[in-house]
Amino acid sequence: MSRSARLAAIALAAAIAPSAAFADTSISAAGSTALQPLVQAAADEYQQKNSDVKISVTGGGSRTGLSLVSSKAVDLGDSDILAPDGTNGLVDHKVAVIGFSVVVNPAAGVKGLSKKQVQDIFTLKVTNWKDVGGKDQQITVINRPASSGTRAVFMKTLMGSIDTLPPTLTEDATGTVVQKVAQTAGAVSYASFSGTHNASGVSELAIDGAAATEDNVMTGKYPFWSYEHIYTNGPPSKDIAKFIAFLQEDTAVFKKTGYIQIRDMKVTENNR
Amino acid sequence: MVGVRASKAHRDEGIALVVLMSCSALFVIAIALILGFLAFNGTRLFWGDHYSPLKFLFGTDWDGFGGHYGAATFIAGSLVATGMAIAIGGPLGVAIGVFFSELAPKRVATAFKPAIEVLVGIPSVVYGWLGLTLLVPAIATVFHLPDGDGLLAAGIVLSIMILPTVISLSEDALRVVPNSLREGSAALGATRWETITKVLLPSASSGIAVAVILGVARAIGETLAVQLVLGNAAILPTSLLKPAAALTSEIVMDMGDAPDGSGFKHALFAMAFLLLLISMGLILLIRLALRRRT
Repeated sequence: MSRSARLAAIALAAAIAPSAAFADTSISAAGSTALQPLVQAAADEYQQKNSDVKISVTGGGSRTGLSLVSSKAVDLGDSDILAPDGTNGLVDHKVAVIGFSVVVNPAAGVKGLSKKQVQDIFTLKVTNWKDVGGKDQQITVINRPASSGTRAVFMKTLMGSIDTLPPTLTEDATGTVVQKVAQTAGAVSYASFSGTHNASGVSELAIDGAAATEDNVMTGKYPFWSYEHIYTNGPPSKDIAKFIAFLQEDTAVFKKTGYIQIRDMKVTENNR
Repeated sequence: MVGVRASKAHRDEGIALVVLMSCSALFVIAIALILGFLAFNGTRLFWGDHYSPLKFLFGTDWDGFGGHYGAATFIAGSLVATGMAIAIGGPLGVAIGVFFSELAPKRVATAFKPAIEVLVGIPSVVYGWLGLTLLVPAIATVFHLPDGDGLLAAGIVLSIMILPTVISLSEDALRVVPNSLREGSAALGATRWETITKVLLPSASSGIAVAVILGVARAIGETLAVQLVLGNAAILPTSLLKPAAALTSEIVMDMGDAPDGSGFKHALFAMAFLLLLISMGLILLIRLALRRRT
């Protein structure tokens, strides 16, 4: 080896060494796109503070995340929904709470509905807003597809014992839903706070008199919310447990991304 | 010296043959694997979950998580939307093809042909988005509906999307008609219109049929643009102004999140397999049309 080549090799090794020597922990996360922004923001901050940890975050959907973590293809499976019964060995870490709202086109002329009225509207028993205190305007119901996590939360928290909905207009992304509601007179649908709080041309409805706000979610006055879960395959390793704890406690990241911290909740799933 | 060169050429040719043959073999294997995978997973609903194929094809009861997999609403939606696309885009496309091949002055043709080629390259999400933001509200206004989503919107968007295919293929079909036929027709005293309708279109008919069939194939497989404007409601289409659902749009909405190994997933695979069978049927039709020509 010539001298210059040897020098070049040393220089190269020196350049690579820091990352190779210190990045001795790598964590991978995949799943829910609703939870992804929070995990990503927490991961960015965590990596800045701990240069020896490398965290990769991808989406794919809740069910994809669950199947990836059960096959140990990733360390963390992000999910809006509970892992189905019979999924062995998965450990649930509730990391955040996310609120959803029922949104209407302003032409509906209503500010709030009772749960019963929401049920009557989505089962198509009521088809005109005037029957629930609004204007004389036909109701256009927009749903999410059957496999959607948001739809699952909607069914569980607002629809009571009703377990199937009649077929209606269906849009498969939060953005498209909000756009359709804004553009269709008398339309009604549901989406996460992050998609509806700052959207123009739609109004968020109060449910049973409680407005769709973070505060009402925390105190349990407003029912339409859900836990966000991170699943690990078996008990988490020390490094992974440290990251999950950091994510749950990182108030700044929660403020920035609009999720609700578990510790701010004054109610739990069982007494919502 | 000459002998050396010849043997080297022989060797090169041998290498080229092996390389090209393995490329084609790889391609054939890939296609066979895709077909096999879809055939296996697409029929699993019937032999694995014991769901009746008749109920799948003709049932209208669709509830993925509830064990009801009647796909008739999606099949009907796909067929009606495609039918409308052909009803609008077929005659229009052939007419424009006739114009470019027989009537247009050279300068006009050279100016407009690139524009049509650009139409081919526009991504389908752009067509869908334009449909969602311009066409759907327009339909709602014209027909006094709260919402303009539905088969009419999907049919119009699809007809625009298949136009480039139909135009360029029918133009090509007309261009290969020998000039002697045009001249003979003129010599017999036929007008230009008579020449086109009585001589040129009949002799180019198999090529035009291919153009239309390829348009059908394009329309029935289109997903994104359809999903954005169709409304995706699993209801049997009773009116062109009501929302409906198509095979492709239902697959794209639920495939990602339907649990692996469930009947729901198998039903979506069965719908994909059905689409594959339809397009294979269309390719067979094209073969038949081309055989008639030769």
